[in-house]
This record gives sequence, C-alpha cells and structure tokens, in this order.
Amino acid sequence: MKFEKRTPQLRLKLEGWRSRFVLIAAMSGFAMLGARAFYLQGMHTDFLQAKGEARYGRVLELPASRGPVKDRNGQPLAISTPVESIWATPDELDDVDDARIQALARALAIAPDEIRQKIARKDRQFVYLKRQISPDQAAKVMALGIPGVFQQREFRRYYPAGEVMAHVVGFTGIEDQGQEGIELAAESRLAGTPGSRKVIKDRKGRIVEDVESLRAPKDGEAVTLAIDQRLQFLAHRELKSAVEQNRAKGGSMVILDARTGEVLALVNQPDYNPNNRANVTGRQTRNRSVTDLFEPGSTMKPFTVAAALEAGIVTPSTMIQTGQGAMTMGRWTINDSHPNGLISVAQVIQKSSNIGSAKIQLQMPAETLGTLYRELGFGVAPQSGFPGEAKGQLKPWSQWRPIEQATMAYGHGLSVSLLQISRAYTVFTTGGELLPLSLLKQDAHPIGKRIITRETADQVTRMMEMAAMPGGTAPRAQVPGYRVAGKTGTAHKAQAGGYAEHKYVSSFVGFGPVTHPRFIVAVMIDEPLGAKYYGGDVGAPVFSSVMGAALRMMSVPPDAPGTLNVMAPPPAPSGPTKDEG
Amino acid sequence: MTRLNAALLVLIVLAAMSVITSQHQARRLFNELESEQGSAKRLDDEFTQLQLEQGTWATNKRVESVAAKQLGMRLPDPSNTVIVTLDARATGEAPR
Repeated sequence: MKFEKRTPQLRLKLEGWRSRFVLIAAMSGFAMLGARAFYLQGMHTDFLQAKGEARYGRVLELPASRGPVKDRNGQPLAISTPVESIWATPDELDDVDDARIQALARALAIAPDEIRQKIARKDRQFVYLKRQISPDQAAKVMALGIPGVFQQREFRRYYPAGEVMAHVVGFTGIEDQGQEGIELAAESRLAGTPGSRKVIKDRKGRIVEDVESLRAPKDGEAVTLAIDQRLQFLAHRELKSAVEQNRAKGGSMVILDARTGEVLALVNQPDYNPNNRANVTGRQTRNRSVTDLFEPGSTMKPFTVAAALEAGIVTPSTMIQTGQGAMTMGRWTINDSHPNGLISVAQVIQKSSNIGSAKIQLQMPAETLGTLYRELGFGVAPQSGFPGEAKGQLKPWSQWRPIEQATMAYGHGLSVSLLQISRAYTVFTTGGELLPLSLLKQDAHPIGKRIITRETADQVTRMMEMAAMPGGTAPRAQVPGYRVAGKTGTAHKAQAGGYAEHKYVSSFVGFGPVTHPRFIVAVMIDEPLGAKYYGGDVGAPVFSSVMGAALRMMSVPPDAPGTLNVMAPPPAPSGPTKDEG
Repeated sequence: MTRLNAALLVLIVLAAMSVITSQHQARRLFNELESEQGSAKRLDDEFTQLQLEQGTWATNKRVESVAAKQLGMRLPDPSNTVIVTLDARATGEAPR
C-alpha cells in the first residue's frame, strides 16, 4: 500500500502487549478519576461544602438593644444608645510609627503612653483602647486608617433624669446587665436577645444574598413605671433641701397614689449620678425608703386607735387620764413630752400622747393590735417589685411582754420601712382598704383588702386632720386651700444596748385632700442635727410644701378654699415645747 | 427538524439571558434593601440619641432654673391664685 510505503513506523511489527498496556493505563487513570470524583462528591461533600461556604458565607451578629424605662407619662428615664468601642491587635499596631500613634491618641483623647502600654503585651490578641465613645468620635478614629485598629458596636445606658431617679431606676454594668433598682428587678423584660443571620458576601464585602435568618434579634421590652417624673423631681428637691437644712445624715420620701397604691415618687438622700459612678459608695446607692428599717414611733398611733375603735373599746370622745406626762410600768417609765391631763381619744392623736395610746392599748388583748399590724403588712415584705426589700421586724403578739404591748401602741419595739408605713396609710385614704403597692403603671384598678370599717377610717382621719391644725403636733403640715391629715413621728435611734441619746429619726406621714384623698406623702429624716428634731418641725414642713405643690401641679380642686390665704404658721421657737412622741 | 432546532436554540438563549438579567436585578434590589435597612437602623439610633438629648434638655431641674433665672418666672402664691369652679350642669361632669 501507498500508505505503508510512506510511513515506515506502520510497517514495524509491534508487540501486542504494548497497545494493551496503554489501554489499561488510560482506563485505570479514568477509574482513579472516577473514584476520586465519587469520594469528593459522594462521601466528603459536607466537609467540602462547609469549606466552600466559609469562603463566601458570613454569619452576622445582629445586636439587640435593651428596652427603655419610662415614667407614667412616657418620659424616658433610661435609654440605650449605640456607642463604639475601639480595640486593637497589639501585633499589628506595634509596627505603626510614632506619629500615627500620636494621632490615634489625640483622636481617642488618651495619652500616647497609655496606648503603648496597652500594646506592649504581646501575648494578647485583643485589647480595648477605649470603650464606649460616641459614634462621631469613633468615625474620626477609624478615618485615620491605622492597621490593627477596629471598632465594635455596643450599647450604653443613659439616664436623662440623673440623680433624681437614681434609686428607682438603678443602673446597669458595662456588660449591660441590671445591677440595681428597676434595671435589676425587670432584667428579664428589659434585656434583649441578640440574633444572627447568614449571608453571602462578594469580594468587595457587600452582602449579595440572604441565605437564612438563624435567629431574629429581639429588642428588650419597654418598662413603664408608676413614677411621675414631675412629682419625683419635686420630692427630690424638697427632700434634698430639708436634709441640708437639718444637717441630717440622710432621708427618704415616698409619694403614693392614694387611690391605686402606685408609687408616684420615691427619693432618698444622699443620692448619686447614675451616668457617672466613678466614686459612688454603697451609702449613696442604698435605696433607703425600701431597704432601711427604723422605729416608726408615733406614726403608728392612728392604727392603735383604729384597732380600739374597731374593737368597740373606745369612741373618739372617750376620756383618757394621761396625768402629769409620766406613767410607770414596772421598771419602765412612759413619758409624754408635755403633760396633757384628762384628754379624749381624738386628742391622744392630736397631741400625740404616748401614755394615752399605751392606756388605750392596755385595755385590749395584745392579739387585737398584733393582728392588725400584721394585716397592714408590717413584718412582711411589701412586694413592690424593688430588689432588696426589707420586711421589718414585728414580734408575734403572743411573745409581747406587757411593757412591749404598751410601747407597740406608740410605734416602739418594731421596725418598718418607709414604703411599708406609707402603704399602711392607704387604709385611711380608701375608707378602710389596704391597697397593694405597685412600682409599675397599673391599667386596672387594684383590688384592696378590707382591714377596718369605713366609719373607723373616717374617724381616725378626722383625728389626724386635727393633728395637722393649730393645736395639734404638726400645724406646719397645713396646706393652704386643702384639708390634709397626717401624723408626726419622732423616735430615738436604737443602737447596741438601748437607745441613742441624741440620735433621732423624724418622720411625717400624711395625705390629702381629706375629702377625696389623692396622695399619701411619707417623709423620713435620719438624724437631724438642728435644734429641732421633732417630726412636727422637721417632717411636717416638707410634707406641706410637697403636698401643696403636688396638688396644684395635678390641678386638684381645693376642698377648703377658705383657707387659701391663711399662711402656714411660722416655725415654733426651738426646743421641745410641743407635745410629741 | 432543523428549523425547530434553531427555534429552540433561540429560545434557550433568550431564557438564559433573562435568568442573567433577573439575577442581576435581584442582587441590585437586594443591595438597595440592605442599604435602606442600614439607614433605617442609623435613623433609629439617631432617634434614641435625640430622645436622650430631649430628655436631658427637658429635665425639670433645667427647666426650673431657666424659668427662674433667665425668664424671671416664679410660682404664684396662694394670695394671687383665683379658684374658678366649674358649673357641674354646664359641663355635664361632676366636679371632683
């Protein structure tokens, strides 16, 4: 053939195995490829898919913000706003020249040395340069474009009302967790749950596609308090000036809605600024009106009289012999600050006679008053929702010694918190029903628990109204234009081994207007150092100014317009000249 | 047969083109959505900051000091207060 002549290779006689060898080699090559393909596609897929996805897929963290705290009118009391934290990787930042470190320090408003110190530790991959700066400032820092410097979004809690609301709202730590007050009590409602989602990003870092939402972020709920910011501010201002005027160690004030038991204001002195807690001590953060106990003293007398009226032992006009102002019981003597002689039950409250109330009490079995105190919530945590509520000390009536039975009548031998005693006074403003306390705004009217009859409540209210008039222990509690009722209290402070000689707790608890009570105001001044320390001189004027301003602020119509132009009497000359207990 | 094949080829090319454009559209719209969501978040953040600012400017303490010091205002005392009582029949509401 022509062909054979031209290509000599074809004329060669080749061995048969050579072609078979090539065929087998080629086939086994394909078989290996096939096996490999099967291995990768069939058996190793999950791993490879995950690897591939890691190249383009990203899981984004979706931060959730903490819910705001608001007052009853929707004013913000605590708000979370985004801030940036600047962090760095020491390794990378170490190579940056001095001039740029200086620029970075200027932008962060810290000393260059501080940065160098922070990045000196090579064992760490992550150091915060500065936490929680404003987004504007962070943008300036990032604009420097220094390698190894990153920002991280965080939320910071701000408290616009500052120290006025400090004890009510509390504060959060740097990790955004509640540590005090409502921030702690309502932590589960306020805290948000961060979410995450998976996306595909392109080379430029833009999100191209949403793969799936792993978890939707859930922002914290808003918590609306019963507090009224205006009343709170008023209470704060008046309490602060009273504590300063009396050179007292501290003080507390509670304003309750007399119809619903909602806490409208709650302030303590000393206070602190929750936005700047650098040098805050426990003395300042303590929510005294909730956690601190004191002997209530005479503010308890209305309950003694109410118990006796309920039991039918006395009527408001029953006469009691209080003698020359001293009554001996075994080793003890009960004193009145002023001899009152023969007075009526109503006058026992008006003049605040210790002997009178002791004598009334000794006509009843201990059980009567013991049960009433317990029913009024003394010795039990008030469950207002504040953390660290004190429940107070109240011995079971069966263990009362005779002298204790007498002192219990005028508020000695038990301890209460200001919140407890202000709540107990709701029995007088609701016509005999004890209301539950509430720190959160209530939509529905709460259900009270009947403790005493309406008639008894009205009778005792009239006695307390007399106490807040000329001739009573607290004429300075009067509010022009309104009828108010209340009771003073002055107690020696208990200390190890007995009562302290010159340490007192002066208090005043009252409500108004008497016709249709709107507010209960309870004031407590701890260790007033001035010349006057009686509740009628220390607590009553604070009550009067707060109650008057609160009633005007809420446009409550005056129920005694005739007294509008009657000015409150001037302060009495110093010295314990008034009847007090 | 050839004509059918040609027609199917044209159809398949058209379909492929439309897949490309719609995918492109989808990405573009998604990007837009992303940036709008981003600005919604930014506006939200700004809102909380403005709320905060408003809250700080409007604290009673500041309002009171501005009213007293800059505007020379004071609380009316009882002597220059006039109480106007509503006529219950006129308003149809019982005076409280």
